[in-house]
Amino acid sequence: MHNSIVLVKQVPDTSNISGKVMKDDGTVNRSKLAAIFNFEDKVALEFALQIKDTCGGKVTVVTMGPPRASDILRECLYMGADEAYLITDRKFAGADTLATSYVLSEAIKKIGNYSFVFAGRQAIDGDTAQVGPQTAEKLGIPQITYAEEIVDVTDNTVRVKKKIDGGYEILESRLPLMITVLKDAAQPRPFSAKRVMAYKGAKSLLELEKMAEGNSLLYSDKLVYEYRSRSLFIPTLTAEDLEIDFARCGVKGSPTKVYAIESVVLSGNDPERVENSKAGMNSLIDKLLEDRILG
Amino acid sequence: MEDFANDIWVFIEQRGGTPADVSFELLSKGRKLADTMKVQLKAVVIGDGIRKLAEETFRYGVDEAYVIDHTDLHDYATLPYSRILNDLVDEHKPRVFLFGATIVGRDLAPRVASHTRSGLTADCTDLQISDVTYLGTEFKDLLLQIRPAFGGNIVATIIAPDTRTQMATVREGVMEMHTLDTPHGVKITEVPYIPNEFDKLISIIEQHREESKVNLKGAPIIVAGGYGMGTKEKFKLVQDLAHTIGGEVAGSRAAVDAGFITHERQVGQTGVTVRPKLYFAIGISGAIQHRAGMQEAKKIIAINTDPDAPIFEIAHYSIVGDAADVIPKFIEAYKSKLK
Repeated sequence: MHNSIVLVKQVPDTSNISGKVMKDDGTVNRSKLAAIFNFEDKVALEFALQIKDTCGGKVTVVTMGPPRASDILRECLYMGADEAYLITDRKFAGADTLATSYVLSEAIKKIGNYSFVFAGRQAIDGDTAQVGPQTAEKLGIPQITYAEEIVDVTDNTVRVKKKIDGGYEILESRLPLMITVLKDAAQPRPFSAKRVMAYKGAKSLLELEKMAEGNSLLYSDKLVYEYRSRSLFIPTLTAEDLEIDFARCGVKGSPTKVYAIESVVLSGNDPERVENSKAGMNSLIDKLLEDRILG
Repeated sequence: MEDFANDIWVFIEQRGGTPADVSFELLSKGRKLADTMKVQLKAVVIGDGIRKLAEETFRYGVDEAYVIDHTDLHDYATLPYSRILNDLVDEHKPRVFLFGATIVGRDLAPRVASHTRSGLTADCTDLQISDVTYLGTEFKDLLLQIRPAFGGNIVATIIAPDTRTQMATVREGVMEMHTLDTPHGVKITEVPYIPNEFDKLISIIEQHREESKVNLKGAPIIVAGGYGMGTKEKFKLVQDLAHTIGGEVAGSRAAVDAGFITHERQVGQTGVTVRPKLYFAIGISGAIQHRAGMQEAKKIIAINTDPDAPIFEIAHYSIVGDAADVIPKFIEAYKSKLK
């Protein structure tokens, strides 16, 4: 039996940036981008589900983000996760990788009892690949990054194929272990239709509070009780629930600051037109030879 | 804070005593930053039998090298390497600590930043030292960490004004490496390593590595094709041109995804960064991710059917036309010149 905790993130779809989402000053209007499930994190969840399939155990998903991040938690439940936590608090907003790893490591400690922590190698909105290793360091556990395959699992060890420069290596680690996975490492399983029916109504605390707000006959405490008893409650942890040092969260706890942002402007360079003809090619080659670029 | 020297450190990544290029690129950059700040440049070399490598760093401007030399440290391993660096940073508190943004650097630097609670910026493409006023407070000699963000659509300058050690990983190939006529330092400081149980939680069972025969980074001439080549068959024209003028073949990400060429020949943000004398961009529209990997080329020749392709805005020579038509003309003209 091996319990896994999977770190997932909802990200703006930076792969599809068009003119529509650019502001007048040339920066990206983040709020206009579609929010999607960071793909490598889905692969990480698939790894965890495969461990569960072969060894048994529980798969718990954790995301830190705004209330709407519940969307990807429901997707995790559709894929087969047993439980999904939303870590959310205004105090967490604006966190860099260090502050994020602090909050995530505290949430993982609170959940406890795990053999594996899985995460995607990196999220497409920052491409830093830092949160996994930073979280592992704070948990005091080993890590294997850039994982391509789980080769073998025993009661207290695992063998993992990891990408290295120019090849791969097989590492054996004691458990517990943090593993960050590459996007081609596994094909995330499709949603199970049965699970979609079962969990599409799953709600986080914030969503239940919102339901209660709009209806004087509903009380959020009662809703939480009902949803929990039907296994439809997405547990929500705030800074207070985690009993953590607020100074190490969010903007306050983030040492890195964005000092300046520039949209990438083309140099406005005026290239020399070369005629698509024999004469054009001849004169181009002459110039290249003269400048000692060719020859 | 005043008790510690404001040194700049560079982690020297190596395999069997051979350094990663990016580590020496960082030394050349680090030397300039250290001169601006009037501080020392220090190298940290971890491995097995790496004293000679440590001495080599002096030719790149290092004042002092910390050497951690032990048979157990022959191969890179996260736990002992990060523990060694955690302890060293705790002890000396350098002002700046730089790593290559390689698989090793991206595995190692975050652990050290996490332990020492330092600011860490990933995948920088430029570094500068500057006085900064941030939210009304003045900071002297901060490290400006410049990196593409948001899928490469913006360039962000990151600072870490409040942490003692400013850490960054830096992309391979974006900084120039050069040796000094006279070596800088001569000081080697051996740091003892005492293995412990924690270091041995992970062991290497097998290692497979194929040395890549492709050397795009060192090639003076690169001929790159994109998705616009249309088919694998037509992509051969790119290879023909490369063979004729003695260049290396490369491709954009779209060309790799389409199966025209292998990933090891990919130029751009998720591939290799190159700065050749001559770069042909053929059937490459010039997405920002591609330009990030080649815009430093001395001369760029762009061939594209679309006269509005963004690649033309960074090219030195533009040829509007179909590659299937242009390339044979160029090859013929070139051959007749060299007769």
